Amino acid sequence: MSSNDNDRSTSPGHMLRYRGGLGMAMWALHRVTGLGVLAFLLLHVVDIFLITFGEEVFNELLVIYTAPWARVMEVFLLFGVLFHALNGLRIAVQDFWPTAWLEEGRLIALQLTVFVIAFVPAAWLMLEPLFE
Amino acid sequence: MSERRVGGGHRRPGSGGFERWAWFFMRISGVALLGLAVFHLLWMHFAIGVDNIDFQTVVRRWSNPLWRLYDFALLAFALGHGLNGLRTVIDEYVESPGWKLGVKTAAALIGFLVGAAGFYVIFTFDVPVS
Repeated sequence: MSSNDNDRSTSPGHMLRYRGGLGMAMWALHRVTGLGVLAFLLLHVVDIFLITFGEEVFNELLVIYTAPWARVMEVFLLFGVLFHALNGLRIAVQDFWPTAWLEEGRLIALQLTVFVIAFVPAAWLMLEPLFE
Repeated sequence: MSERRVGGGHRRPGSGGFERWAWFFMRISGVALLGLAVFHLLWMHFAIGVDNIDFQTVVRRWSNPLWRLYDFALLAFALGHGLNGLRTVIDEYVESPGWKLGVKTAAALIGFLVGAAGFYVIFTFDVPVS
């Protein structure tokens, strides 16, 4: 960490203004979605581990994936995984092909386009059974 | 920790050693997880159908060693990537050295326990003979 990073404020309002713009919003979303997906991963390993308690216990437990509220959480999970994956891919591309940094704005636009095309139909298909 | 970039990520650490290795690992595992994790989520939800998943679904899946290998790779990359990301976040937000050590120790302990439980169940789950 460079020394001039130490005095930065991390309040939400400041976070949106710090250096500002789309890049900063991408950074904040990358961090929030990363922590969210990690939290889900830890829970998910525990729920699958509970299969060692036998068929009845495990089948009972799976309501955490079939309940209506679980479907809404799953859409959040899809949002987090998909956003983090595409934004991370952009970061990796820009790191390994440094000239791509000059096109960061266009790459973010491309990334968000792919995100919307993948996320919106999948999220709709996940939520649609709730309205039947 | 190397300089943070606007838009996410960090500059590649200049000197060799652990931080540079971790920087590469985050990018390699990240690209691998783009395939492994997204496919896993969509496959389980749409191909198998999230409402159809039960004990027998897992039995069928883990009857095939290749699915165990897939789940092992997914867990190994995801846990390594997630815990290293958490380490970066702790480094940036927890300033006092004492708290930093304490929070990192707690995170490492939780990571170790969850990893042990996950790898244990992937490799030792016995398919019931019906």
